[in-house]
Amino acid sequence: MTPTEPAVVQPPQAPASEQPVVRFDDVNLAFGETPALVHLSFSMRAGETRVVLGAAGSGKTMLLKTAVGLIKPDSGHISLFGEEVTGRKESQLYELRSKVGILFQEGGLFDSLTIAENVAYPLLNQFTLHKNGQSPPPEEVEQRVRESLTFVELEHTLDKFPSELSGGMRRRAGIARAIVTAPQLVLYDSPTAGLDPITANLIINLILKGRDMRNTATIMVTHRYQDGHLMANFRYNPSSGKIERAESSQLTTRFFVMQEGRLFFEGSEAELRASTDSYVQKFARPGSS
Amino acid sequence: MLDFLKGPVETFQEFLFLSGRAFRNIIRSPHYADDILLQMDAIGVGSLFIVSLIGFFSGVVMALQMSRALATYGAQGQIGQIVSITLVRELGPVLASLLVAGRNASGIASELGSMRVTEQIDAMRALGTDPIQKLVTPRLIAMAVVLPLLTIIADFLGLVGGWFIAYGMLDITTSQYWSTAWRALEYNDLTQGLLKPFLFAIVIALVGCYYGINTTGGTQGVGRSTTKAVVVASVWIFIITSLLDPLFVNLG
Repeated sequence: MTPTEPAVVQPPQAPASEQPVVRFDDVNLAFGETPALVHLSFSMRAGETRVVLGAAGSGKTMLLKTAVGLIKPDSGHISLFGEEVTGRKESQLYELRSKVGILFQEGGLFDSLTIAENVAYPLLNQFTLHKNGQSPPPEEVEQRVRESLTFVELEHTLDKFPSELSGGMRRRAGIARAIVTAPQLVLYDSPTAGLDPITANLIINLILKGRDMRNTATIMVTHRYQDGHLMANFRYNPSSGKIERAESSQLTTRFFVMQEGRLFFEGSEAELRASTDSYVQKFARPGSS
Repeated sequence: MLDFLKGPVETFQEFLFLSGRAFRNIIRSPHYADDILLQMDAIGVGSLFIVSLIGFFSGVVMALQMSRALATYGAQGQIGQIVSITLVRELGPVLASLLVAGRNASGIASELGSMRVTEQIDAMRALGTDPIQKLVTPRLIAMAVVLPLLTIIADFLGLVGGWFIAYGMLDITTSQYWSTAWRALEYNDLTQGLLKPFLFAIVIALVGCYYGINTTGGTQGVGRSTTKAVVVASVWIFIITSLLDPLFVNLG
């Protein structure tokens, strides 16, 4: 696919069972005179991945924040799991947000809470997940927190505070918190930013594993082409417990390149690499950022 | 033409909106009792020493300064009355509130501002918690409870400071000092002496929270928010006391 200006991707009408997990329909957002999102439209279904590339300030983080209603768009419609996000009051968004996990750019861990308390936070505070209005028993919370932290190989940090962990460990703890409620959609904002390549690959492997174990929809904002390449071409095989190269039929990852709030490019990895546009090319090479 | 008013009006409007939500949450579930107690400890116990110290010395200074003027009229025996009325009506509430504004409005603004710039507030919203319910309302309740109590302590220690001077330097007996101090106070004085810190507490907590929660611009922004919170809270303390004083003076 060639660069579009703006790229308005109209999703085909789907039967109810194939309801898009996320759908943006001509979304616009500006801060004063500065556009943050311009005519943004796309949709994605369960198990699909979107890798969002683009220059700093191109609207990548805004895309994630508007998706869950943390920022309200000026116009357009956003829906999650077939339910409208735009126009809802904050209190009405909690139920929808409980189906979404988010890893923030800065980690977003509460620095006054231990790692275990941070990971337990969504289990104890997302009231829409509670059965009969009761929070889960402490033993269940502890077990799920341990499982989640074991998943990211941080089971030894339960009683530590975020400030006692390295950047990579904080990011992994953030992933543990994002997936502890087994959400159907997970949003990752620059999960590998500022990390060394080995730690960055470990993080991407964890994201892959989380995606393929639960068939979650994933939107990943990143500066590194390599992250997208791994997400697009590899999958976690639950039976062998290993990360393997995906077969062509399993390729469900599409790439977005954003520029000044516009969806400048949307396509597969092959289309991204084949693009002749100089702006797109900047993000389509190993080592690009 | 009135564009220069747009910013302050918008700020005030947002402040009122935040205040409305903070007050509404007092009667709404969930309630974060642990956070309220934690804040009472941080504000009340944390400020106790400095408020006591300033209360005591304001009484000392008041008695010393007024003794010369009263001596001119041979009315040094009325020192208890002067110290009592001035402290309970005005100096106790204002000094205690200014100290708490300096100490806690800044603390609240910097804490919430840091949470804002490290995306902890966004994370809280994303994880199903209303940050106003979790962060603002507990601080509002805690401040509204402990600041009047701190003021009572400051008033009392101020009177003790006044007695210290009256008894030690002005040869006024203990019973004379305390009886003039006590008799001078009317319900009107006590009402305004407690109403003022209650109103100041609301302003300090909400101003601190407002500037903290609306912090932008990274760590520099946290510094700016902290400064603004202290300055704005202090100015509002003087504005409110200036508005209330004529009302209570006219009430007699």
